[in-house]
Amino acid sequence: MRTEFRLSGSGGQGLLLAGIVLAEAAILEDKNAVQTQSYGPEARGGASKAEVVISGEDIDYPKATDPDYLLALTQESYRSFGPLMGKGTIIVDSSVALSDDIKARTVSVPILQAAADDIGKKVVANIVALGVLAGVSGIVGHKTLEEAVKKRVPKGTEDLNLKALAKGFELASAAT
Amino acid sequence: MTQAKLMQGNEACTLGALAAGLDFYAGYPITPSTEIAELCAEELPKVGGKFIQMEDEIGSIAAIIGASLTGRKAMTATSGPGFSLMQENIGYAGIAEVPVVIIDVQRVGPSTGQPTSPAQGDVMQARWGTHGDHPVVVLAPGNVKECFELTVKAFNIAEEYRLPVVVLTDEVIGHMREKVVLPELSELKVSNRVQPQAPGGYKPYEADLDGGVPPMARFGQGYRYHVTGLFHDETGFPSNKGDVTDRFLRRLQRKVEKAEPAIRDYFTESTDDCDTLVVAFGSSAMSSLSAVRQARAAGIKAGLFRPKTIWPFPEEALRELAMRVKRIIVPEMNLGQLALEIERVSGCKAPVTRVSKVNGELFKPEEILAAIRGDAK
Amino acid sequence: MSDTMKYFRENRLPHIWCPGCGHGTVTGALVRAIAKLKLDKNKVVVVSGIGCSSRAPGYLDFDTLHTTHGRALAFATGIKLSRPDLKVIVMTGDGDATAIGGNHFIHAARRNIDITTIVMNNNIYGMTSGQYSPMTPKGMLGTTAPYGNVERSFDLGKLAIAAGATYVGRATSYHVTVLQDLIEKALLNKGFSVVEALTQCPTYMGRKNKLGGPVEMLEWFKARAVNIKAAAVMTPDKLEGKFLIGELYNQPEPEYTAEYSAMADQVRRRFDAFQGGVRGCEQNSD
Repeated sequence: MRTEFRLSGSGGQGLLLAGIVLAEAAILEDKNAVQTQSYGPEARGGASKAEVVISGEDIDYPKATDPDYLLALTQESYRSFGPLMGKGTIIVDSSVALSDDIKARTVSVPILQAAADDIGKKVVANIVALGVLAGVSGIVGHKTLEEAVKKRVPKGTEDLNLKALAKGFELASAAT
Repeated sequence: MTQAKLMQGNEACTLGALAAGLDFYAGYPITPSTEIAELCAEELPKVGGKFIQMEDEIGSIAAIIGASLTGRKAMTATSGPGFSLMQENIGYAGIAEVPVVIIDVQRVGPSTGQPTSPAQGDVMQARWGTHGDHPVVVLAPGNVKECFELTVKAFNIAEEYRLPVVVLTDEVIGHMREKVVLPELSELKVSNRVQPQAPGGYKPYEADLDGGVPPMARFGQGYRYHVTGLFHDETGFPSNKGDVTDRFLRRLQRKVEKAEPAIRDYFTESTDDCDTLVVAFGSSAMSSLSAVRQARAAGIKAGLFRPKTIWPFPEEALRELAMRVKRIIVPEMNLGQLALEIERVSGCKAPVTRVSKVNGELFKPEEILAAIRGDAK
Repeated sequence: MSDTMKYFRENRLPHIWCPGCGHGTVTGALVRAIAKLKLDKNKVVVVSGIGCSSRAPGYLDFDTLHTTHGRALAFATGIKLSRPDLKVIVMTGDGDATAIGGNHFIHAARRNIDITTIVMNNNIYGMTSGQYSPMTPKGMLGTTAPYGNVERSFDLGKLAIAAGATYVGRATSYHVTVLQDLIEKALLNKGFSVVEALTQCPTYMGRKNKLGGPVEMLEWFKARAVNIKAAAVMTPDKLEGKFLIGELYNQPEPEYTAEYSAMADQVRRRFDAFQGGVRGCEQNSD
């Protein structure tokens, strides 16, 4: 069973790291995982995109073809990638204005606001988003993800990031 | 077996090089290969190795040839524009028989092209980029784990046959992260160049004319020998005699020919009974594998042949398949380079269809599936 | 005699240089300097590029490397960084070092890597029969400057100093003892050293520009060279039309391969202390 994630937002939001952590958590649960990203000038502030494919079987093609989940943290990324969504679910930050033209199932979650207000650090929005993505998709367990987060975030910021992750799971259960 | 890890292709190349004994890296930053230089800069000082960021790619390949002559296992990594700059000295490594490894993480060319997007346009440059007939071996990993394995193999071939070996990857494989279980270091075969026994009477280029490989002395060990990019006789000193040049060049060529059975490698899936054979390498082969599996699920007899060595090409295996398939499809991220070799090898026993993609994006499996179904374009 | 000759590969002689060429004189000065310093033949590597000058290493009994045009210093950098214990000497020409190899020249100087570079400057591309080089004086003739060279030329000494070389000297094939003395000091300098040796090319530079034969060209050097010490007390008008020889610069600075080794030692100590000596490769992320 192949599950595809596309994480999009603006460069600097740390979505690449979120993608890596998601893939590493999947590996901890003995699944296969591949993570790719789009590089380029956009990685310096424009629209940024990371993809993760997770499967219990061999993964031949590394990119998302018809994502099961799209995370869109900015208006621009929602506009760019939302229309490409078919069967999957869009998880969009609540600051983004929704469009009637984008038909895919959409869940609006206050990710950026939760990071800024509840956790007190805007930079952990990627980890909040990761919690939301994992909570909504059920792809990996909270405990596994905690382990994966701890391995990747800068020393001394573990507690902050684990709080952000828990907040994400909380937002996910409230939204679904 | 070691623990499963999420690993990037460029990282796997670097770890493979270190596992093979890399202890000298010279390079110049260029997307999408730079992670290799960064990791080497970090790791080599820890293991007694040396790293230098040279002033350009010409200097980089020159420095690794110099390092290799002192006995080090030396490597550089680059992408198209830098690979072009290295070509003259790749020929030098060929004629002077100096083992070096060059990793080329391909991007869209020509020229500056599209620095951050994948392509496979260096197939011919990797083989024929430097002037004159020359020995070179080109390996093409098809996934992250093979980045590790084939970089180890590249060093082994370079050391065993004293020649430059190219590892040809691309932006997709270089940057993607994948679950990898690396072999234990103790399980790896690591080759080292044969060294002469003692300085007395050492003739640095004395070898069996039928593709022999001369023992290689290290600089600074008392051999006091001469190395030149001019044609030279077995003493290493220049000779412009026609028969010396002829013998020497044929030996270099023969060296690779004789090694071919040991070097050639490929991967196949579902080729036993296939009518449609897809031949692809590197990241195009990932899309192709997905397409072949989808075709099989739809009842179409498709199969994949993926060369892991581009030069020398695994001729016999493909020729044998070409005799019994109905058609061959060659998807590659260029305007038709490997296809030329496949047309040659297959002898047009089966019609060869080229599927080209040069927009800087990886093939989508459905694009190749469409070609398999015959409704492409 | 035997002291010097033991550094030659006698069976490779005679050399290929033209009658009257100054390159043999420069090679002789280098070998005498090496003999005087009693360098171990097995611990010297001589590297060259392409051109008349670059044939010199073939006649010398060391590990010798004849590389591609302009790249000698880059090859030499790989050797020296690999084996800092070896004495690495580069023999190059004006075209090899300052045109096609100009970039490697300034960066080797910038790093202050311990390589002694002897630039045989005959102001012309001799091997390819007389094209102008970046060291051909303005107005002089070459086969590619049939109406006189319109380009300005480098002052190699100033170039080397500005780029960071820590020992710079200049002499000519007439001033042989000065040349040998400068090469000796250059070999002793732990850093990037440059000795520019002006040499005569009677075959191309001389004939094309009607400078006479080798004797006249050596006399030209004699008449126009002023030792930098003597120049210090000379008035500008006396120095008109002259050029300086002697020790142009001598200012030791930390040497690159030693700095790299010191950094690596520190990294290894820190790494061993924290990792218990076990090498583990952490993944680099973007």
